[in-house]
Amino acid sequence: MSEVVVFLGPVLAAMLTAATPLLFAALGELVVEKSGVLNLGVEGMMLAGAVIGFMVAASTGSSTLGFVAAAVAGLAMGALFGVLTLGLLANQVATGLALTLFGVGLSALVGQGWVGRPIQDVPELRIPGLTDLPVIGPALFGQDALVYLGLAMVPAVHWFLFSTRAGLVLRAVGENHAAAHALGYKVVRIRFLAVLFGGAMSGIAGAYLSLDYTPMWAENMTAGRGWIALALVVFSTWKPGRVLLGAWLFGGVTIAQLHVQGHGFAVPSQLLSMLPYLATILVLVAISRDVARIRLNAPACLGKVFHPDG
Amino acid sequence: MASPTPRLDLRGITKRFPGCLANDHVDLALLPGEIHALLGENGAGKSTLVKIIYGVQHADSGTLHWEGREVTISDPHAARRLGIGMVFQHFSLFDTLTVAENIALGIEDKATSLKDLSVRIRAVSERYGLALDPDRHVFDLSVGERQRVEIVRCLLQDPRLLIMDEPTSVLTPQEVGRLFETLRRLAAEGCTILYISHKLEEIRALCDRATVLRGGKVVATCDPRKETARSLAEMMIGTSLSTPERAAAAVTGAPRLEVRHLSTTTDVPFATELKDVSLEVRAGEILGIAGVAGNGQAELMAALSGETLIGDETAVLIEGRPVGHLGPRARRELGLAFVPEERLGRGAVPELSLSENALLSGYAREPLVRSGIVHFGRARSYAERIIDLFNVVTHGHKAEARSLSGGNLQKFIIGREILQRPKLLIVGQPTWGVDAGAAAAIHQALIDLARGGTAVLVISQDLDELFVLCDRISVLFHGRLSPSTPSHQTTVEQIGLLMGGLFGGSGEDEGEIGRVA
Repeated sequence: MSEVVVFLGPVLAAMLTAATPLLFAALGELVVEKSGVLNLGVEGMMLAGAVIGFMVAASTGSSTLGFVAAAVAGLAMGALFGVLTLGLLANQVATGLALTLFGVGLSALVGQGWVGRPIQDVPELRIPGLTDLPVIGPALFGQDALVYLGLAMVPAVHWFLFSTRAGLVLRAVGENHAAAHALGYKVVRIRFLAVLFGGAMSGIAGAYLSLDYTPMWAENMTAGRGWIALALVVFSTWKPGRVLLGAWLFGGVTIAQLHVQGHGFAVPSQLLSMLPYLATILVLVAISRDVARIRLNAPACLGKVFHPDG
Repeated sequence: MASPTPRLDLRGITKRFPGCLANDHVDLALLPGEIHALLGENGAGKSTLVKIIYGVQHADSGTLHWEGREVTISDPHAARRLGIGMVFQHFSLFDTLTVAENIALGIEDKATSLKDLSVRIRAVSERYGLALDPDRHVFDLSVGERQRVEIVRCLLQDPRLLIMDEPTSVLTPQEVGRLFETLRRLAAEGCTILYISHKLEEIRALCDRATVLRGGKVVATCDPRKETARSLAEMMIGTSLSTPERAAAAVTGAPRLEVRHLSTTTDVPFATELKDVSLEVRAGEILGIAGVAGNGQAELMAALSGETLIGDETAVLIEGRPVGHLGPRARRELGLAFVPEERLGRGAVPELSLSENALLSGYAREPLVRSGIVHFGRARSYAERIIDLFNVVTHGHKAEARSLSGGNLQKFIIGREILQRPKLLIVGQPTWGVDAGAAAAIHQALIDLARGGTAVLVISQDLDELFVLCDRISVLFHGRLSPSTPSHQTTVEQIGLLMGGLFGGSGEDEGEIGRVA
């Protein structure tokens, strides 16, 4: 019994950290999609954030500056996507895929000399009293600031979307851009801002991996997490609270399979590494069967090109 | 009496789009408290003019004077601040948002909380007798209720000019009556109303003055009460109008289409379930199905065309053969042709040329494809034959479908189906958004087709159209179909009551009935 309890603490802690990058990337993409834009470039924006964040943090010794630089890098990638799809009316799916390929290549090029360099870990917060609680103390109250920021973003994004006028306008633009335009809302401007936000969030998600989770820079180190974040947005049927559940599910299975591998079960490790992705896909398929829920929450104009005079 | 300062005075408004002059020096003065009709065919420049007034588009030249003062209306926010409200033809509503949220998006007062707004919505809707629940989602509302949302949204800002673009095309006659009461009351309170409609009888009943646009120019201003619907139509099209002629039906033919106890289920929001629908169309007759949009028309159309398959294959029979399990192509090969309601996207592919569009449904019954290889020469001559026979105004078979006006594209699509010599033709909304001249041509073509021995089923919301075309009329309400009545034995009012839900055994369909009475 006590062995299980001892096991639980670190698993819980690891699950929260594994879920954090997904949470940032998915919440950013959720806001983007709610405005009616489908940006498949999350993976590329995360990599840009990861490499730039790492470089800045390693050169300055400040992880805070690293995260800021990563957010700016993701934002710049988002701006590129916005100019192409919203300004020049390029196809969103093709542009998003290209953005991911671009991010993979660019980050590898820029980060060439930085592979394998050590970096100062981001310090964990300590809350006197709580952090010293047995089992759950270190897991719940001994994480670094980004974990808590990620968790705080869930209610913040929910509040913005569903309780503020700006959020209402953003949802309206994603639901029916022609009507929003007819009522005088600046569809392109609103979408561009949403895309910038999504880019910055993806950048932070990437930097969390390179500054905190691993912490080091390696080529293609996001390992498909950008795609999982995209899937989570759909899985959550565009609801921030469910994004959190999805991120925990993915994070939980990731950690669980690592522990199973660590205990030397006779299952090929490749199969176990597949598990988080497999679990996420299964849940996605199950959720997508509920047509009604998708129709009610999916932004109706998702991925559609908007011509102001059309 | 000296004429009062116009509420809004347009002087010399000109707007040019690539390839067309949408508004050509338009002058229009709207007086306080008048209901002013804006008439014109599709493409006459009405929408452009209205968009300029509402700030969605900007004039190339010309000036706008609001209550004697020259103004520029840079965007809809500016228009609303002046006191201009607009009810759009294609409602500017957001399906998954609530009524209150929808209204919040359309008013300038950004400080009000949704809760306070709900209180104000209830107050205004009570004052004008426009029942609305602020917390319901828009997809849950009937079309009439959706329009109420748009109107209440305008009324909340105490408009001094209210623009209504084709407001009645989706309403039952009783709902139209109630709308007119509201509009007259607003006008009596001093609000100016600019009313755009194709329905000339309504304009004669409602409006004080009418301005007629043709080819972007003002061609006439008149008092519609002193004109006839025919003379108004002739002002719009600039030539005399031919009325479709319908010989008395001599229906002796065998049933071409039978529907027996057709029910469908759906788990999709915004969709209606069909409940025990039965009907029969014989060779040589036209059956009309009336009803307000959203009462199962789309589902009936899909079930008859083969877009949705029916579990019980004997629920739909073509010439006695069960076809419920067959897809659209197999049904077309049996002699069914159909014209869907949405011209662009369902009836035609917007980006494809006319000859390619002709091919898309024509290949099932015309020799346009051999062993999987398209015979483009034949497709082209087939398209040219349609263009020729049905007077489609276009620059040729290579034109993209989306480049045609609504009326011309509809003539092309209907022509494409008719030239396949179908045994049975099903048409959804044949003249929706089509100008008077094209509508008359389409009506005549359908009547001629039926007289030639084809069974025709018309699903339409336009009662005048159904009475012109049909031998018998049924009404679809909440997925149920009423028994058919010969059209000479019924009236627009009776059908209107059925459209509001007043037929036997509809007790479960709460609400609607009370409001109709």
